[in-house]
Amino acid sequence: MSIRLVTVLLALCVLASGASAHAATPTPPADDAAIVHALSRLAFGARPGDIERVKAIGLAAWIERQLEPRRLDDRAVEQTLATLPSLPMSIAELHKEYPRPPARDKSADPQMTPRALYERPPPEKRPIRIVAEMQAARLVRAIESERQLEEVIVDFWFNHFNVHAAKGEVKWYLTSYERDVIRPHALGRFGDLLRGTATHPAMLFYLDNWLSTRPDFTPRFGPNRGKRAGLNENYARELMELHTLGVDGGYTQKDVTEVARAFTGWTIDRPRDAARFVFRPLVHDRGEKTILGLRISAGGGQGDGERVLSLLLHHPATARFIATKLVRRFVSDEPPPALVERVAATFRATEGDIKAMLRALVASPEFWAPEARRAKIKKPFEYVASAVRAVGGHVDARAGFALARYAAEMGEGLYGAQPPTGYPDRAEAWVNAGALLARMNFALALTQRRLPGVTLDLSPLAVDRGAPDAALERLLVALLHGEASAPTRAVLTAQLTNPEIRRQTSDDRGPADTDVEKLAALVIGSPEFQRR
Amino acid sequence: MTMPMLTRRALLKGGACALAAVAAPPRFLARAALAADARRKVLVAVFQRGAVDGLSMVVPYGDRDYAGARASIAIRAPQAGDAGAAVDLDGFFGLHPALAPLAALWQSRTLAVVHACGSPDTTRSHFDAQDYMESGTPGVKSTPDGWLARAAVTQPSPTSPFRAVALGPTLPRALRGDAGAISLASLDRFDVRATSEAAAARQGFESLYAQSVHDLLHGTGRETFEAVRMLKRANASRLAPANNAEYPRSRLGQSLRQIAQLIRADVGLEIAFTDADGWDTHVGQGAEQGQLAARLRDFGASLVAFTQDLGDRMSDVVVLTMSEFGRTVAEIGNRGTDHGHATAMLLLGGGVRGGKVYGRWPGLARERLYEGRDLAVTTDFRALFAEVAGRQLGIANPASLFPGWTGGPQLGVLS
Repeated sequence: MSIRLVTVLLALCVLASGASAHAATPTPPADDAAIVHALSRLAFGARPGDIERVKAIGLAAWIERQLEPRRLDDRAVEQTLATLPSLPMSIAELHKEYPRPPARDKSADPQMTPRALYERPPPEKRPIRIVAEMQAARLVRAIESERQLEEVIVDFWFNHFNVHAAKGEVKWYLTSYERDVIRPHALGRFGDLLRGTATHPAMLFYLDNWLSTRPDFTPRFGPNRGKRAGLNENYARELMELHTLGVDGGYTQKDVTEVARAFTGWTIDRPRDAARFVFRPLVHDRGEKTILGLRISAGGGQGDGERVLSLLLHHPATARFIATKLVRRFVSDEPPPALVERVAATFRATEGDIKAMLRALVASPEFWAPEARRAKIKKPFEYVASAVRAVGGHVDARAGFALARYAAEMGEGLYGAQPPTGYPDRAEAWVNAGALLARMNFALALTQRRLPGVTLDLSPLAVDRGAPDAALERLLVALLHGEASAPTRAVLTAQLTNPEIRRQTSDDRGPADTDVEKLAALVIGSPEFQRR
Repeated sequence: MTMPMLTRRALLKGGACALAAVAAPPRFLARAALAADARRKVLVAVFQRGAVDGLSMVVPYGDRDYAGARASIAIRAPQAGDAGAAVDLDGFFGLHPALAPLAALWQSRTLAVVHACGSPDTTRSHFDAQDYMESGTPGVKSTPDGWLARAAVTQPSPTSPFRAVALGPTLPRALRGDAGAISLASLDRFDVRATSEAAAARQGFESLYAQSVHDLLHGTGRETFEAVRMLKRANASRLAPANNAEYPRSRLGQSLRQIAQLIRADVGLEIAFTDADGWDTHVGQGAEQGQLAARLRDFGASLVAFTQDLGDRMSDVVVLTMSEFGRTVAEIGNRGTDHGHATAMLLLGGGVRGGKVYGRWPGLARERLYEGRDLAVTTDFRALFAEVAGRQLGIANPASLFPGWTGGPQLGVLS
C-alpha cells in the first residue's frame, strides 16, 4: 500500500472519530524519508543517529513522546542553561541584578553621558544581558534539547504573541513572559496563551495597554498629576488583528475602540519592581460596550476584558486564523485550504487544544505529501540550529551568544522583531542576497571551527577522506540524507578535483587527502540545505 | 482566503515542479558591460515604518485647531529665539525643531513637502497599510510584487545587479518581484568570508547556485554572486564620506552612507530603499524633546549628511520619504497618538521643485477630519509615487505601476 493511501486512510479514521482532543496519533509512514521530514518539521533537523533512534521507537511513538515533553529527560540541557544566571529570576530579581542605568547620575560626575552611565556596569550586569541570555538559551535548547517539538512550538507562539525586547521595560519582563506564559502553554490550550499574554506585563507594556484609561481620567497623584490620560487602542487592535481574528476577521474601527474601552484598567502594578498584572477599577471605563455585535452591559469591571477574550477565543475567524498560521509553519507557505479547515475544525471542537491541532496536522496526508517535503525555506534560527545538529555539534551557553548573532545577521534577531506581527513565515522574507551570503559564511565558520563554544567532531564524516568519492557520498548521506539534486551532486563531484579540496601530500607521493571540512561547508551552504 | 497570484519569482520557489513551466533566462544574463561612466538618475525611498506623525514632522501651526488638539505634544509656532518651536517654512507650516538642519535645504529649494498625503484605503493596521503602500495597490492583498520592482522592470533590460538595492537584512515588499533587486545589510560584509582560500569557497558556492534551476534560491544565489564580483571591482566601501558629511551611527544613517557609496562608485544604482523604524508613538511621543524628537533628529541628520556627502551628485538623486499612515489629530492618554490616516511625505534632491508644501490642506476642524479623528487624505500616495517614478526614472506611463488606478492630477513636485 502506498504511503499516500495509508495516510489518507489514517486521516479518514481521525475524521471519523470526530477529531476528539485525545485521538491517538495514527501511524505515520515509517520510511527513512518520512522520518527525515518529521525531524525537519517537528524538530530542528536530524542529528547523526537520529533516524535510527526514531526508527527504533517508531515514528508515531516518537511524535507522541514529543507531544509530552515533560516526560523527556532534559537534564543535560538544564545543566548547560544553569550557566545563564538570569533565566530562573523573577522580574523583581532581574530589576535588582540588571538595574537600569540612571537617567542622570545624582551622586557622581554630572558630566557623565547616558552612554557612559550605561557602560558603567560590567557587560554581564547590563540589562541587555537579559536578552542575550534568552537568545543563547533558545539556541542551546533548539540544538541540544530532547524536547524538540516544544522548542519549535515555543518559537511559533512567541512569534505569534510577539513582544520586542528593545522596547522600554520589556527586557526585564521577557524572561518571565516566555518561561511563565509561552512555554507552559505552548502545547496546551490557546485560551491559556491568550489570557496569559493579555495579563503579562510584557504584553501590557509592549502594546501600551498598561497606560490605557477611560477617556476622561485625570490622575490626582503621581508624576502625571493633572494630565489627562485616556484610551489607547494599540493592544485592542493587535489583539484582534494579530492574536485572534486576523486582519480580515470582520471587526471595525468601532470594535477596536470598544475593545480598548473594555481593557481599560488592565495594567501593571509596580512596573519597575515585581511588575504584576493588576486591574484598577479607578481607570476602567464602566460604560456599556458593544463588541462584534455582543452587548456588554455597564459595570462589568475586569470581567469586560475577560468576556472579550472569551468572545474572541470562540469566534470562528480565530480558529481559521490560528489554523492557517500553524499549517503555514508546519506544512507549506501556501496552506492547503482543506487542511486549514480540518485544523480549524479541531480548534473549534477542542476550544483550541494545541496538541489536538498538531495531531490533526501530522495525521493529514498534506503533511506527508511529496510536495510538502523540503517545501519550506528554513528561517535563520532554524538554519543555524539545524546546521549545528547535522554535523553533530554540541554547544555551551557561550556558543548560544555567538549563534544568535549569526541568526541576526541573516535577518532573524531573536526577540528583535519590532512590529507586533513578529517575523514572517514565508520564503520570500528570508531569501535575499545579503542573507544568503550570511548563511554561506556561517557554514564556513561552523565547519572551520571558528564558533566559540561549539564542539565539533567531524572525524566520523571524514573516515573516507582518502577516497574522495566515498567521502562526498558520506557527507551527502549525513547532511542531506542523500537527497541532493543531480546538479548539486555534479558540482560537488567536480569540486573533488579542486586542489583546495583534494590536497596532495607535500612530496606528491602519499595518498590524497580530502578537505572534508570545506566540502561540508559547501553542502551546508547549498540550496538543498536551506530547505526543510 | 484569497490565494495570491504568483509572480514568476514566487512561482519559481516551487522548484522542480515549476521548472518545466518556466524557462525564462535569469535576469542578470541580460546584463551588458557596465558603462562605468554612465551617471544615472537615482530614486532613494525611505520608509518610516510605524506611521510617523505628520502633524509633528511638518507642523501646521497656522491651523487654528492644531494646538488645541494636542495639549502636551503640540509644537509651538515659530518664534525668533525659541529653539524649541517649529522652524517656519511658509507662514503656515513649520518643521519640527529636531529637523532644523533640513531648513537649509528648504531655503535652497531642494526640499519639498507633500502634506495630507496617504492611502485611500481605510485600514489602520500597520501591516496592511505598509503592504498596500509597498505593493502600490490599496485594498488589494493579492498583488504579487512591489511598485518599485515594477518600476525597475519597465526599464530597458538590467545592466547591473545593483540597479535596485535595499539596505537591510531583508528585501522589502516594495522591491519583491521580477526586478532582481538585492538586499544587503553591509557593503563590507557582502562577500564570502573564510579564514583561508576564500576564493575557492566563493567559487564552490557560486557553482552550486549557478545550476540552471529556476527557483527563488538559485535565482537569488546567481544574482548574489554577480553582485559580489561587481562590488569587488567597484570597491565602493573604500569611499569615505565627502564634504565632511557626518552620518549618525543609526541604522538609517549607515544605510544612507552606503547608498551614497554605491552612487559614487557608479555601480549602476537606480532604485534604493531603506527603512527608518520607531515612529509608532502611542505613548510619550513628546513635543520638542522626547521620543519622536529623537527619531526625527536622527532622520534629519541622516538626510542632511547624505546630501552633503553626495554634493553635486544630488542633482541626479531624489529622496522620497513615506509612511503607511499618520496619527490621530488629538493627543490621546499617555501623551501619545493612535493610528490615523494622512501624513506628510518629503522629497529632496535635484529636480525637486522645493521650498513649497504641496497638496490641498484639508484642515483640522472636527468636521473636516477623516472619521471625525484623523487628518484627511487629499493626495493619494499613488499620485506622488507615480509622478516621482515617471520623472526620475523616465517611465512613460507611471500610472500603470499602480494596477487598478487610472492616474491622478499632477502635483508638479519635480521639474
